[in-house]
Amino acid sequence: MSIKADHINYLYGEGTAFEQYALKDVSFEIEDGQFIGLIGHTGSGKSTLIQHLNGLMRASSGKIYYNGEDIDQEGYDRKALRSRVGLVFQYPEHQLFEVDVFSDVCFGPKNQGLSQEEIQQRAKEALMQVGLKEQFWGQSPFELSGGQKRRVAIAGVLAMRPEVLILDEPTAGLDPRGRDEILDEISKLHTEKKMTIVLVSHSMEDIARYADRILVMSHGEKVFDAPPKEVFRHYKELEQIGLAAPQITYVVQRLREQGISLDGDITTVKEATTAILGLLGKAGSRV
Amino acid sequence: MREITLGQYYPVDSVLHRLDPRTKLFGTMVFIVSLFVADSLAAYGVATVFLVLAIRLSKVPFSFMVRGLKAILFLLLISVSFNLFLTPGTEVFRIGFLKVTWEGLRLAGFMALRLIYLVIGSSVMTLTTTPNELTDGLERSLGFLKHVGVPVHEISMMMSIALRFIPILVEETDKIMKAQMARGADFESGNLLQKAKSMVPLLVPLFISAFRRATDLAMAMEARCYHGGAGRTKMKPLRYAGRDYVTYLVYVLYLAGMICL
Repeated sequence: MSIKADHINYLYGEGTAFEQYALKDVSFEIEDGQFIGLIGHTGSGKSTLIQHLNGLMRASSGKIYYNGEDIDQEGYDRKALRSRVGLVFQYPEHQLFEVDVFSDVCFGPKNQGLSQEEIQQRAKEALMQVGLKEQFWGQSPFELSGGQKRRVAIAGVLAMRPEVLILDEPTAGLDPRGRDEILDEISKLHTEKKMTIVLVSHSMEDIARYADRILVMSHGEKVFDAPPKEVFRHYKELEQIGLAAPQITYVVQRLREQGISLDGDITTVKEATTAILGLLGKAGSRV
Repeated sequence: MREITLGQYYPVDSVLHRLDPRTKLFGTMVFIVSLFVADSLAAYGVATVFLVLAIRLSKVPFSFMVRGLKAILFLLLISVSFNLFLTPGTEVFRIGFLKVTWEGLRLAGFMALRLIYLVIGSSVMTLTTTPNELTDGLERSLGFLKHVGVPVHEISMMMSIALRFIPILVEETDKIMKAQMARGADFESGNLLQKAKSMVPLLVPLFISAFRRATDLAMAMEARCYHGGAGRTKMKPLRYAGRDYVTYLVYVLYLAGMICL
């Protein structure tokens, strides 16, 4: 079970004077159960890339395989693919339309042609997974707050029970608490439901905390594909393409320059805290 | 979805593109009027020369001009056949009970030319003028209507805002379609009723977003003290240049010629 992209190119305005690469020779493989962070500056091709993964966009050249099958081949059921590779777009406003939250979440499973009980069962389960309290289920989705809308949007895709969940900037425009809650729920889907997750973001902090592998895009090309710690070691190159390593790596960097020897690769605040406390503990025992 | 273009502005740099939109609007009007006063072969010849000259000056490929004709093909067929078969006069030949006369042939031919020239003539204007220039030109040309209580500025402001928002809404439609397709929506298959029903998940978010954009824009305009037309100045005020006066002279000569012939 995997998604494999094989030398994907995508050209805008093919055959005209305005021809431009949105994706340029992108290859990678996503194994089952991975948590991938997809990161890149605005216009780096991340959104274009994820739309290729569930067949919403077609590559100009190159192939995409889902579980070994070419998704662009004649007769491939792309509609079924979309329920297996769930894609949640950035703006919940682009998909909410029903009179109440519950029926909106039912839209996906209804399109799958399931029985009425199954649809409701799945919708309930999905809403519970995203942590939306039952009191909101009967409300109009347009009356909800930004974070709640986002939850309904995610539930709308989860209700189709996808094997892979791709989320495009699920935390954009949320306050820190809302952001943490949503990310925790996504992380729970990964650890408890063993779902493969692709998280698109430009916040290095979010990605460092959850992803076990990072794909960095710049100008339509894949520039890094490695575990977070390895990618963040290239923070100078990251800065050149308009990104940055998590802030804490800079703090650690400065501390090291000051002669404080912190051990290991530190990319999260938690790791830094442990390391610093460990050092202080040693120093304290010496006094 | 992306093929929707409005106004059909063709961006090249030509004398016609640089003309003041008012000059072009007036020229189109002159041309239309001239087509209706023309009723001799010579007059149509002059009109043809005028039109060909305009097309050559515009540097727009001819294929773009004839595109507009597709829309009136049906109308053209009807009016030609009515004129052809229903005009009394000396008979040329008959098909069954349908009689074709010399007068009918002449009338049908002129009618076809008139319609075709009408469409091509106005295409020349829309192909060389951006929609915004056009509304600007209309606002200035129809400015006199303000005095009889027509809100000219407001109408033209509405027009330019509407034009401005079309590409945005097209893009938004595309995004909404994709978001719903990711949830298994199907916009293509099914019969008419099913297709209409499948539009609901597309139209509801689209309308909501359009209304939200409208209120946002209204607020942004008010925040910058917009209060309508009175006393409002323009960033790029329309000003006649030498070429415009020359063009007006050409119009006068052309119209005089058409009336004489």
